[in-house]
Amino acid sequence: MADMRFIRHTGRKIIVTGHYGSGKTEFAVSLAMQYASLKEKIAVVDLDIINPYFRSRERREMFENSGVSVYGSTYDYEITAELPAIGAKLRAPLEDKDSRVIIDVGGNDAGAMVLNQYTKYFTDDDTTMLVVVNSNRPETATLSGALDHIKSIEDVTGLQIDAVVNNSHMLSETTAQTIINGYDLCLKICAETNKFFYCSCFPAGIVDPEQLTGLYGHLIPMGLHMRPAWLKS
Amino acid sequence: MSEKVLMKGNEAFSEAAIRGGCRYYFGYPITPQNEIPEYMSRELPKHGGSFIQAESEICAINMAYGAAAAGGRVFITSSSPGIALMQEGLSFLASAEVPTVVMNVSRCGPGIGGIQPGQADYFQATRGGGNGDYRIPVFAPASLQEGVDLVFEAMELSDKWRNPFFIFTDGILGQMMEPVKLPEKLPDIKREDIKKHKPWALTGYGENDAERNTVISLRIQPDVLEKHVHKLFEKYERAEKELCRVESFGLEDADVVIVAYGIVARIAKEAIEILAEQGIKVGLIRPISLWPFPYNEFKKLSRNTKVVISAELSMGQLIEDVKLGVGERFPVRLVGRTGGMIPSSLEIAERTKKILEEIGG
Repeated sequence: MADMRFIRHTGRKIIVTGHYGSGKTEFAVSLAMQYASLKEKIAVVDLDIINPYFRSRERREMFENSGVSVYGSTYDYEITAELPAIGAKLRAPLEDKDSRVIIDVGGNDAGAMVLNQYTKYFTDDDTTMLVVVNSNRPETATLSGALDHIKSIEDVTGLQIDAVVNNSHMLSETTAQTIINGYDLCLKICAETNKFFYCSCFPAGIVDPEQLTGLYGHLIPMGLHMRPAWLKS
Repeated sequence: MSEKVLMKGNEAFSEAAIRGGCRYYFGYPITPQNEIPEYMSRELPKHGGSFIQAESEICAINMAYGAAAAGGRVFITSSSPGIALMQEGLSFLASAEVPTVVMNVSRCGPGIGGIQPGQADYFQATRGGGNGDYRIPVFAPASLQEGVDLVFEAMELSDKWRNPFFIFTDGILGQMMEPVKLPEKLPDIKREDIKKHKPWALTGYGENDAERNTVISLRIQPDVLEKHVHKLFEKYERAEKELCRVESFGLEDADVVIVAYGIVARIAKEAIEILAEQGIKVGLIRPISLWPFPYNEFKKLSRNTKVVISAELSMGQLIEDVKLGVGERFPVRLVGRTGGMIPSSLEIAERTKKILEEIGG
């Protein structure tokens, strides 16, 4: 198991942004599982009103069994309501000073816009805003593409991204090299924007973390929690 | 960057259309295909193309009719209720022999239904919801790579056959991510060269033109219309021979054969592995073209087959073609889900076993 002390150094409120398909939701879920394993009170707030499918509230039961509270952007177990409505209940974990909260934001600048109504919660020092980068997504495959993407999220939210998450993957076709290539891109992004490098992710059971020991920063194992078995091959 | 990229289905299909020469997209938003108009509005202008948000799907299909009649390469998409609105236009395009690639990222119905995936537009896609005698070839991909390849190829085929082509996919394929290898972009066709590629197109009445081109679907004289429909059906007959596509395996010694297309075929493949571990031999027929339907593949079924199962996200639509393929030789049963519900591989395996017990296998 990787050394997880670093995850205690983030703020109480962790905002996860990124391109859709960067793996934001899987990352948010995996990170929440890490906190849950440390017996922290942890909640995931799903603010994704962009994506009608494969959202984190669909796995609510699994999370709750792991000790992760989930606050979805529609009503309870309803997964397909086409109304992109956000319930007032979502503010509960943001107000609860005893709970760490991971905010899973919708893809791109369009999805990040939803954050604006919660800005008052994020202007203190207790917030860490992350951007998840997958260098195999065409729009964020190059330094200039990734920088444009980050800027568009910062512009629309008025918030500064603090740190970069390397979640470069190709699902089951991910190799150690996929992750290393993404890591190189993320370090360039950090150098260019003066942001911290947060961590790299690796798909558990597909890539051996021993092959990634040369990378600076921590490694977070990712499970494909959101993907049905028949889509994993 | 490696050769493959990780893309969302809707984006990958859009990019495949652009690389296949699409320069005109007309559409109206509907879930779960909205990433397509979003992508096209952003990307098409970079390739000298045009994106127009129509005021309705009826308008979109008729804009497609106009642009394609003028020789443009057109891709249009919608989801089930929106495709329903386009049916009249599709009949017009088929009659006027105007190429256009149309994609349904289908959801569930009837009516406005829901936004989760469905395959209940099978009749709509294969039988046509428009009026009159016409046919539209339909391809149903089961993975993003296959979808990319089929969209790309359909752009060419549609021109070659002077017929609309239909890509029948669903919300899962539209919304899911997979690594894909994108095809090389085809060279642009200059406006002045359209006449060379499409001598029938409405490119203007030049000084040296002996005849004026017309693109019409109105033929008021019965003998003229009958002759025209016969001409169309000669084309459809050729299409039945040349466009039929299917994947199959394990038919020669199967106890059960599952027929499934699109995303359900992937679930079925996993169910077949589960059943194989329990000693039950199950073969698969996966129609890739839904029209023309691969009826001939059913000739490969062995005498030992006990039952043929149609697995579909509908209440029994694919099963009608399965029955036509099977004839009276074997019993045919349905494993269906609807309403946006998706069976697990375990569910398909269990229901297959139950059917085997019922027929005394």
